Amino acid sequence: MGKVKCECGHVNPHGTILCESCGRALTEEAQREKLHDMRYEGSARRSQTYNKTIIDKVWNFFSSVKVGIWLIVLTLIASSIGTIFPQKLFIPNNVSPETYYEDTYGVAGKIYYTLGFYDLYNSIWFIGLIAAIGVSLVICSLDRVIPLYRALKNQRVARHSSFMKKQRLFTSKEGTLQSGELDKVKEKLKSKRYHIREEEGSLLAEKGRFSRWGPYINHIGLIIFLIGAMLRSTEGMYTDAMLWIREGETLEIPGTQGEYYLKNEKFTIENYDEKKDPEVFKEALKRTGGVVKNYQTDAVLYRDENRDLPGAKPKLVKVKDAEIRVNEPLKFDKFALYQDSYSKDEMKAMEFALADKATQKEAGRVKIDLFNPKDTYDLGKGYKVEIIGYYPDYDGIGSDGEPKTKSPLPNNPAFLFKMISPEHPKGEISFTAIRQTLEPVGKTDYKMEFRGIETRNISALTVRKDLTLWILGLGGAIFMIGVIQGAYWNHRRLWIREINGEIYVAAHTNKNWHGLKREINSVIEGTSVPIPEDQQG
Amino acid sequence: MSDLVQWSGNLLYASFIMYLVATFFFGGAIRPKKNGEKQEENRWGKLGITVAIIGFISQLGYFFTRWAASGHAPVSNLFEFITFFSMMLVGAFIIIYFMYRLPVLGVFALPVALVIIAYASMFPRDISPLIPALQSQWLHIHVTTVAAGEGILAISFIAGLVYLIKTIDQSKRNKQTFWLEMIMYSLVAVIGFVAVTTTFTLSGYEAQFEYVNKDGNVAKETFTIPAIVGPNESKLLTDGKFEPIVDMPAFINAKKLNTTLWSLAAGAVLYGLLRLLTRKRMGALVQPLVKNVNTDLMDEVSYRSILIGFPVFTLGGLIFAMIWAQIAWTRFWGWDPKEVWALITWLFYAAFLHLRLSKGWHGEKSAWLAVIGFVIIMFNLVAVNLVIAGLHSYA
Repeated sequence: MGKVKCECGHVNPHGTILCESCGRALTEEAQREKLHDMRYEGSARRSQTYNKTIIDKVWNFFSSVKVGIWLIVLTLIASSIGTIFPQKLFIPNNVSPETYYEDTYGVAGKIYYTLGFYDLYNSIWFIGLIAAIGVSLVICSLDRVIPLYRALKNQRVARHSSFMKKQRLFTSKEGTLQSGELDKVKEKLKSKRYHIREEEGSLLAEKGRFSRWGPYINHIGLIIFLIGAMLRSTEGMYTDAMLWIREGETLEIPGTQGEYYLKNEKFTIENYDEKKDPEVFKEALKRTGGVVKNYQTDAVLYRDENRDLPGAKPKLVKVKDAEIRVNEPLKFDKFALYQDSYSKDEMKAMEFALADKATQKEAGRVKIDLFNPKDTYDLGKGYKVEIIGYYPDYDGIGSDGEPKTKSPLPNNPAFLFKMISPEHPKGEISFTAIRQTLEPVGKTDYKMEFRGIETRNISALTVRKDLTLWILGLGGAIFMIGVIQGAYWNHRRLWIREINGEIYVAAHTNKNWHGLKREINSVIEGTSVPIPEDQQG
Repeated sequence: MSDLVQWSGNLLYASFIMYLVATFFFGGAIRPKKNGEKQEENRWGKLGITVAIIGFISQLGYFFTRWAASGHAPVSNLFEFITFFSMMLVGAFIIIYFMYRLPVLGVFALPVALVIIAYASMFPRDISPLIPALQSQWLHIHVTTVAAGEGILAISFIAGLVYLIKTIDQSKRNKQTFWLEMIMYSLVAVIGFVAVTTTFTLSGYEAQFEYVNKDGNVAKETFTIPAIVGPNESKLLTDGKFEPIVDMPAFINAKKLNTTLWSLAAGAVLYGLLRLLTRKRMGALVQPLVKNVNTDLMDEVSYRSILIGFPVFTLGGLIFAMIWAQIAWTRFWGWDPKEVWALITWLFYAAFLHLRLSKGWHGEKSAWLAVIGFVIIMFNLVAVNLVIAGLHSYA
């Protein structure tokens, strides 16, 4: 493509507005400007130069900051809509979203559900918006950073007079630069950490150029972050599983391919205690009632040494003991186990006494493991209890006359017992549920008397493996570096030049003009060099 | 109550008084000089900033004594967090003051800080123990950085507000004057909230209601100010108390809505009185205060505050937040309303920066954006905690 050769001899890329080297205006438009648009140093941006092919058009669309801002604003509005009512994720999990939103929020809820806002952040259009922001980030940055880099690299010390005149801060005065005076200025500039370049009769003082790269660096950080977030859906990068584990149980940890096992020794919930805990909490505890102090699972982590032997039984070797608390996950290998939830006092075993109704004499006791009840409990001396039916989650008698169970979990256990005694060697039948005894086949002499219950807690642990975290961390760190670089430093330049018996002084900054003015005033004050004036506004 | 807690309360009280006094000193500093020359920092300004710094130190004293008393940084409930936010706002003001030496910022920043402290004091002030999810070093790191970032961003609102008060033409009524009055009214409504809450707390008003909650169960709720709106299918249990005019559907928290209505009404009364007495818009009323302001400089202060505050907010509100969320809630991001609103705040300021850098939105447009940014921050601080329930709702 045709290059543009400036009068100063520098060859500029096609589309350049201000000569990279001397700053002379290369387009008629730029020549007419009152003040030069210095945002990208008048460099040749692809989007401003080509507009023929489809690629050009797509490029130009996404390279527009205006489009970028629209994408940001749309994402912002969409995100806020998602907080009007709770997202699908946050509604009770035993209700269907289809009815929940209408039942709870009326017509508005129905509209919210119908429009799909109940799962807005996973919707294709929302993810599409984020992806479009990603594309916009890349193209906007590339469109600007390369030409900007070229322009700043090729800039000459002696800038063309028209370039200097069209800077926002500018002045000119008849006279010549006295070297003594200039030295004073240079001295002060150096003490303000300016980098000084000189070419016969011209001076360029510059500092903080690296802050111009800040936006591009932070965009790189964002891109890395978005890539990291995308990778989570890649197989093997991310595990999200739940492990419900009862006290005393040892279970394989899901997602570890049978490598790791966990034993739950004990699950504890501890509340703050008005007496034991610091007195300052007393008022608050009185006002709010109980406040939980700790959720904790005492666990043992095992590793299966036999997992590579097909068909072999697991051989568990202890890896470590762990106390898993909220904010203190158990970490091993690439996994982390988090204390997430719990269920308290699940029934584990029930104890009954076989008793003679008339004499109240106990013939013996049976303790029934609710997860693994035996068929027969022999009490000796001719006494025996058989379990004919077990209904762990008893839900009344069905239409067929049989007791029903809602689930295999012992939430409301009921039994059909056969009580065998020396008097009744064939046995008597008793149906026993919590606070209820039926004698379905006639009156009995014996009964099963409830004696006690054993409970245990279930701890719910989240199993997490997330191999993308370091990518996200890297992206975040790069973003922070870039954003700080761009926000906390300014790119400032001061040009002093003598042209045909006149002293030209011009200055430019990418932001904070007051700061620049103050700094230049303090540098130039008391010398014969004139102080540049704000030509804007 | 231990001595330390007592001390802590006194120090906060002292800082409140100091900020009030400093406001008047700054007010003195911006009075036009007789010769009508541009205002340089004068004796009043020096006094103002000195008192403001003493107040800030006193508030730091409140913070650390309360920390010592409770064993955790006092940023764990709404009172503590909002108070801390006001402290960061004053801290940010002090930093910006030393950069630009503009007493006029103090005239607006300190009253806003005062209103915020007063607002915070309306929430339960007792020291609460930390629930397991909050028991982490990240509580201090995350919350303090967020508040610092928001405090700095709030200064951009102050500068933007000064800019608008100065530049908006009060000689005729238009969109600008309307919205400026809205800002003024909102500030007055917060004072209205404080007045209403304090009045009814002192008089010991209590009315108990029985109502049907969201899950269809019967529940009880005690209103501490008279119920204009009552909860869903409410029944007043306490005799001789005010009967609600209308009941709300179950998904609306009637108690909070009622408080909001009262505050808005009290604010309207206060605002109406001011308008009646002065026969001026509030914008016109305070306009003389900003007569000597250099609008260009105000624009730069506003922009500069965003440049300083944005990275701090990003670090605290998104990055530290994500790190902690990963540790405490097993995932760094879960679209919890508070998280979403932090993202919205961040997106908003990102849009602001792009508009300014590329579209050249300076001056008035930029000032309005600074105001909207502050509204979003306040929404996230107050409404998301109180109205939209989520993991962050700690009040």
